[in-house]
Amino acid sequence: MSKYLQRYSDQERMNHWIVAICFILAALSGLAFFHPALFWLVNLFGGGPWARILHPFIGVAMFGFFLISMLRYWHHNKLDDNDRKWLRQWRDVANNREDMLPEVGRYNGGQKVVFWITVASTITLIVTGVIFWRPYFANLFPIELIRLASLLHAVAAFTLIVSTIVHVYAAIWVKGTLRAMTRGNVSEAWAKKHHSNWHREVTR
Amino acid sequence: MTMQSSLDIQARSATTTPSPSVRSSAAVAKLIDESKCIGCKACQVACQEWNELRDEIGNNVGVYDNPSDLSASSWTLMRFAEVEDKDNNLSWLIRKDGCMHCADPGCLKACPAPGAIVQYSNGIVDFKQEACIGCGNCITGCPFNIPRISKKDNKAYKCTLCSDRVAVGLEPACVKTCPTGAITFGSKEDMVSYGEKRTKELQERGYANAGLYNPAGVGGTHVMYVLRHADKTEQYSGLPKDPSISPLVSLWKGAFKPLALLGMGVTALAGFFHYMKVGPNEVEDEKSREEA
Repeated sequence: MSKYLQRYSDQERMNHWIVAICFILAALSGLAFFHPALFWLVNLFGGGPWARILHPFIGVAMFGFFLISMLRYWHHNKLDDNDRKWLRQWRDVANNREDMLPEVGRYNGGQKVVFWITVASTITLIVTGVIFWRPYFANLFPIELIRLASLLHAVAAFTLIVSTIVHVYAAIWVKGTLRAMTRGNVSEAWAKKHHSNWHREVTR
Repeated sequence: MTMQSSLDIQARSATTTPSPSVRSSAAVAKLIDESKCIGCKACQVACQEWNELRDEIGNNVGVYDNPSDLSASSWTLMRFAEVEDKDNNLSWLIRKDGCMHCADPGCLKACPAPGAIVQYSNGIVDFKQEACIGCGNCITGCPFNIPRISKKDNKAYKCTLCSDRVAVGLEPACVKTCPTGAITFGSKEDMVSYGEKRTKELQERGYANAGLYNPAGVGGTHVMYVLRHADKTEQYSGLPKDPSISPLVSLWKGAFKPLALLGMGVTALAGFFHYMKVGPNEVEDEKSREEA
């Protein structure tokens, strides 16, 4: 039997999945308003008006729970020279030539970049979203700001969706990763291969 | 105007295929001659009467504007501006505010609900409240600050240019009621030439800067003004000099929309093909142990 190492606590995992569910609901309802080809998605929420009513509340819930994760993982995600080297070798990353890469700690350069993109886009989404939230807050802001907020909201949502596709794909691609979020632990072999510095830290 | 099917729709909100447009009709326009307006508000009354609307009784805000702003039940409004010229002469500039029925409507461009805003081939821009989701994007898109969301039902409302009356050959209610002939209605072509004639007359009478307000930035409008001071449109309670759809709205609802969708699709496909080409990143010894 191989040995497993704890990576995420129960509380961390539940929080992650609450954010994930909120993200899926917010993304589906938001995409419905973004492009006519996707307007049919409002039917998942009980029609256009309901999708419009629910979307911002889902967004606020997502932001609230995301904040917990964000503050918890903030200090784990500071980029160093090692990460920059890792990122420059993205060809080796993409082609599974992991032996060529610098040794990785708890998170690799790619994970850290996704973290910061997620932080920036989620904060942009909540700030801009409140600015044109009708009927509650939009009347407090000048029209030019509402226009800018509407554009930035769409750009931030696009950025978050694309980075989340990358995040999800990476978990599918790198086998043994998913159980970190479903079970809370990873195999020691996985840790040695993908996060050798972290492995050394936790097995010391 | 709602619940009226039509075969002469030029544009439809959030729709990427052609709208029912087998029939087409001549472009119409309403011309408001500010120099003939006496501020009697009969147009406001006629509008409420024809459309069977009754706004809430508001408060006096110290000026003649009553109600103080457009609302979901007040689709047109006389705005009174007291302006002093350089010789300290006071003039009272009265502008009948309401939807301008832009040829390039910002509301329609910004609306995410298919068919909630339509533009008929005669140029009238109409809201179909039963398809409205209440997001307020029409307000965001409008260069004239016209649409209002009802507090009662969260749907957007504005002047319909009496599309129901026009459809059966009548002029809009405000036109019919105007006692001084300050509001006229007809084909866009006729209204432009009448407006130009009026402009010339005003210029001959000493209003050197008189002009026809038919702003090109929104493709022209189907509600036009004859203004005595067309060089200072802002004096007329903030009528924008050169209105156009904000570039922020154009980017948001223009190029970004299809490109972003493409970007998301390409990212997902890149993942799929990466997996098919490179394959999963597996932990070797764990795998061999499982196989053993």
